[in-house]
Amino acid sequence: MSDVVEKTLTALPSLLSLDSQPGSAKLSSNSKLGNLIRGITELTSKHEEEKLIQRELLLIKEQVSSPNTTMRQMKELMVRAIYCEMLGYGVSFSYIHAIKLAQQGNVLEKRVGYLAVSLFLNESHELLLLLVNTVLKDLQSTNLIEVCMALTVVSQMFPKDMIPAILPLVEEKLNHPKEIIRRKAVLALYKFYLIAPNQVQHIHNKFRKALCDKDPGVMSASLHIYLQLIQENPEGYKDLAPSFVTILKQVVGGKLPMDFNYHSVPAPWLQIHLLRILSFLGKNDQSTSEIMYEILDESLRRAEMNHNITYAILYECVKCIYTIHPKSDLLEKAAKCIGNFVLSPKINLKYLGLKALTYVVQQDPKLALQHQMTIIECLDHPDLIIKRETLELLFRITNDQNVTVIVEKMLDFLRISEDDHTTIDLVGKVAELAEKYAPDNEWFIDTMNTVFSLGGDLLQPDIPNSFLKLLSEGFDSVEEDKKLRLFAVNSYISLLQRDASKLPQRFLQVICWVLGEYSHLREDLEPDVIVRLLAKLLDMKSSSSETKCWVLMAMTKLCPGGAALALVHNVSETYSSSLDTMLRQRAQELEILSQDSELQAKVLPRSASMEPVEVDSSLSFLDGFVSEALAAGAAPYKPPHQRQEELSRSKALNLEPYGLSLPISMSSCSITDRQSPTLLSISSGLSGDSTDFSHKGSSTVLKLDGVKRLWGRDGYLAQKEPTEEAPRIEAASPVRSADQLGNNNSQTPTPTPTPECDQEKQQLASSLFVGLASQSSICLMGKSDQPSQRFRRKTKASGSSEQITNPLVFPSDGSDNLLYKNLLDSPDLDGSPPEQTPGLDAPNGACDAEEESTDADMKEIKTPPIRDEHVTAEASPHHDPDRSKDPSLTSHLPAELSALPHSKTTTLFSKQNLDVSACHVQKEDSVVLVVFISNCSDSFLQQIRLQVDSEELEVSCVSDSPSEELKSHSVAVCQYFLTVKRPSVHFDLSATVSWQPPAGSPLTTQFSYRLPLTAFIRALRLSTEEYGAKWLAFSHDTKQNLTLIQGGRDPLAATLDVLKRKLQLHVVEVIGVEAIVACCLQQDQPCLMHCRMHAGMLAVWLRSPVPDLPDCLLYCCQRALQEL
Amino acid sequence: MCRSTKYQDKLRFLLLFSRQGKLRLQKWFVPTSDRERKKVIRDMIMLVLPRQPRTCNFLQWKDLKIVYKRYASLYFCAGLEEQDNELLALEVLHRYVELLDKYFGNVCELDIIFNFEKAYFILDEFLMGGEVLETSKFAVNVSMEQADTLQEVTQHFHHSFILHSLTLCLSVPLCVF
Repeated sequence: MSDVVEKTLTALPSLLSLDSQPGSAKLSSNSKLGNLIRGITELTSKHEEEKLIQRELLLIKEQVSSPNTTMRQMKELMVRAIYCEMLGYGVSFSYIHAIKLAQQGNVLEKRVGYLAVSLFLNESHELLLLLVNTVLKDLQSTNLIEVCMALTVVSQMFPKDMIPAILPLVEEKLNHPKEIIRRKAVLALYKFYLIAPNQVQHIHNKFRKALCDKDPGVMSASLHIYLQLIQENPEGYKDLAPSFVTILKQVVGGKLPMDFNYHSVPAPWLQIHLLRILSFLGKNDQSTSEIMYEILDESLRRAEMNHNITYAILYECVKCIYTIHPKSDLLEKAAKCIGNFVLSPKINLKYLGLKALTYVVQQDPKLALQHQMTIIECLDHPDLIIKRETLELLFRITNDQNVTVIVEKMLDFLRISEDDHTTIDLVGKVAELAEKYAPDNEWFIDTMNTVFSLGGDLLQPDIPNSFLKLLSEGFDSVEEDKKLRLFAVNSYISLLQRDASKLPQRFLQVICWVLGEYSHLREDLEPDVIVRLLAKLLDMKSSSSETKCWVLMAMTKLCPGGAALALVHNVSETYSSSLDTMLRQRAQELEILSQDSELQAKVLPRSASMEPVEVDSSLSFLDGFVSEALAAGAAPYKPPHQRQEELSRSKALNLEPYGLSLPISMSSCSITDRQSPTLLSISSGLSGDSTDFSHKGSSTVLKLDGVKRLWGRDGYLAQKEPTEEAPRIEAASPVRSADQLGNNNSQTPTPTPTPECDQEKQQLASSLFVGLASQSSICLMGKSDQPSQRFRRKTKASGSSEQITNPLVFPSDGSDNLLYKNLLDSPDLDGSPPEQTPGLDAPNGACDAEEESTDADMKEIKTPPIRDEHVTAEASPHHDPDRSKDPSLTSHLPAELSALPHSKTTTLFSKQNLDVSACHVQKEDSVVLVVFISNCSDSFLQQIRLQVDSEELEVSCVSDSPSEELKSHSVAVCQYFLTVKRPSVHFDLSATVSWQPPAGSPLTTQFSYRLPLTAFIRALRLSTEEYGAKWLAFSHDTKQNLTLIQGGRDPLAATLDVLKRKLQLHVVEVIGVEAIVACCLQQDQPCLMHCRMHAGMLAVWLRSPVPDLPDCLLYCCQRALQEL
Repeated sequence: MCRSTKYQDKLRFLLLFSRQGKLRLQKWFVPTSDRERKKVIRDMIMLVLPRQPRTCNFLQWKDLKIVYKRYASLYFCAGLEEQDNELLALEVLHRYVELLDKYFGNVCELDIIFNFEKAYFILDEFLMGGEVLETSKFAVNVSMEQADTLQEVTQHFHHSFILHSLTLCLSVPLCVF
């Protein structure tokens, strides 16, 4: 076959050239493209082709810009331009003409114009703006083809900012009588949803209409959107699950028109979409999963194994079954199905089977056991992609018993792999497995050596970092640590004694560090020997200057005596004149420290390598220096983002402020990170201190958070293999797999292996799949989201999870909460209503509630309320009633609220023996309004009703309106949950209370209550990194200068303190004259604040995703600071 | 959080190239810079052409899965994301070949060389933004013909003259049904 091709191809030019002879002249003149293509075929060299195309392009360029070119000619030119572009030549001159053609041509010319545009331009190309009008016009055209073309181009590429311009027109098309238009409109909207989700939010209900469209094509197009929506928020679409199931039933049952069949399989694409949607809906949701079981079963049954497309469906089906809430018989069927895949002689199916198995073993490792022989065959498969996929599978089933075999297989693959991406990926995996499951020191060090040499300099930097961290931190046993380190030292010395020039730079750096730190463990070896070995590295041409720095550092630590001292001296002399500043610095250090062993011991204490260094990230040790410099007239330091901010203030554009800010994030620096210490020293501008500092950084371990630690304390304890278990499996598994093979032998013409080979494979199998059976007890029914619990087990608890969340106690709805027995037992025996202070009736009282609910009250009440309060009230019966009322009413607070901070109780109105007071309680996540209705008369009050409403707040009743009647001198308590609809400085509540005195007609009174925004503000605890990330994400912002609280040594701290106290803001970090502060409005609406002291003012900048919130909060801050 | 295992049943690109490594058609479904395009094309041709017959139709390239299939002298090659269903992508390619075949009638590489714009139009009807839009052969043809009836009968199949004189592989039908 290929021979034929070669022959015909060599024949092609001559054959084609025949056509340019007179007989075919007519044709060639007709088709310029034909000519071009023929011309190219005739050429023999790339160079000639280039010349020809350049000529052609010049010709095209001339013609397209000529005013006499008709649109028809233009179309032809455009086709040629597309062709040239495909060959890789730039045709940017024709872009504008393509747009023109789309604008001005007739339908067919337009079509080519649109095609050229979609092939030439990127979504972000500025010329696309010129297309907007054309699209608009065509969307309104009466010609269906034009509408179709416009929709097609819109769904391929459209400037994001211009979506609103055409959105109404596209939306309109959802109601078009032609289904092809509706379908394209749905897909165009899907595209909009992907690039600008908030723009199409309002048409979600129209998507539902599309889902119910009578045309299956439109319905199936709408599934694209639903798949996306459900993936992002499965909870929101649970109600649609039955519909999707019904649709799938109909599809599987062959109810769709024959048109939708593909190789007699009904609408496979549609089926797959539905299966994916169902798997999202059924994940971790038993009740939703239950409605799918039947159809999944049917899908499995119906799909006959005859065509690729049915396999594709089956694959999705299996994945779905393993994703949703499990059902045992379905799982069994799915497992069998995977078996068919894996055992298939077709290589594509085998591949997909392995992929499915990889997905499934996380839930059911036993399945791998069933297919072990197949897996082993795949491991030796000549096709690398199959091999690669098998390794992926093995990676998932690794445990401490089979780790050596699996890692060996992976390393074998790495040795033949040429693809960088694969290498990086696999090397990372090997390192992960080695750290997690290493059986012993030698194996670990050897494996890591291979990882470093194979991974070369492609290695992700965290692999050497965590390796060194592991070595330096050690484990429980000092003895064990020493052994590991000693082993590493020995292995590295022998590596260096051989040819080190082939070793990657990263590996050399690791070696240097280890030798510098731990070669003293080899007592029989003089440091001189090591220094000589290291010096050899310096002379190697391949060593980078970074590596040389590491070498010098290692030498510095070794403090040799005797003969090597001269060598060291030589070295330091050579490099102290290096052009590389880092290298020069290291050489200087080496020079000085090698001469002064006392200083060296102080700077690089050997025993301290495991002690964490407290990093003074605020660089306070520089304060003296800074103040001196300032006194000497230096300009104060401004962090980059501030400089940028100021710059942007003077110019118009506002650049992202936090992109570069938060400069020293210590968690990102690590022992081996050569950059960070230098960065610090550069930014501080004080070299003396910083060299010291960087030494510490390299010789000892920084105390770092957020660095993942995989090697647990029990990493080495795993040596004790469960020996009784292994043989059992060895005996059992081959039999089982033989069974499996036997069962399926009918359809698998697997080559029968020779007995020895077979034995070998079985041996391999037993070593690969050991431990799976014991592990397989991981129950399917209670499958967890974490695929491998083993991985978790070894991670050390990071101790940072001290956050204690208060369990939220919801008020029980028992009536005892509703009606409190009157503890007050009102001392005014005469029964007259408590006297009112003038100005405390309804309207003014509301104002009071706001003004007096400052934090002073809150704090006071944070101590548990004094239950005996009413006793004092009782003891002094003639106390001013208004004063005594407050604490006593407080005692009516429901028990679960009484411990929480609440505002002062305010009398809202008092009339006709009825007294209504209220206060609000700040719960962790919400605010509860508590209304006390006290009956001060001696008689019953009946039909008491209370209704509370607000424009800005959502009011939901916790305990319903007080009971029908209120005994004399008793208090009814009503609670309302308040949630903010939209932020405002104050929230006004209006309430109506109605009641009926024993004798007389019903009475109704209105009153109002006002809450400040601060009642809803809670501290938001986050780290500086999180803050930085959020800051960039929030869109609503406001800036203003506030007055600083003067007096005291540190006005910033004082001001922040006030804000913290009064508004419950959380101060994330204070960096010099700046501070970042975070809070949130009822848990889910964060607001971030950035403060900077500037010219005696506090410049604050607030950002939030919620509109108005920054403004309102700013007002609150202002008030809080003024009130002092 | 779900975004990590995102299903975007979506092709990243579709390339058609000949056994000689000549590009015949390229479609990019996600924005790709010119440089990146050239690199992908070069890499794909280098990866796919040396593949032996009867090996897997799937390949790994960087973080993408490559699905390719050879039809006579032409390779169809698509890039998709890791989580996607490779088998399904293979069928997308096949369906496209079927559509071309239906339109051109016994489609061969020459049809695509000389009428590449038609091949693009068919692709646009079939895939919209990398998503399968129309799975029915019938409907794609109808909308293609709708457009074609408007077309003046110029240069229709102007390659046919070559077909007469050549009995070569370029004119071997891409698929035999």
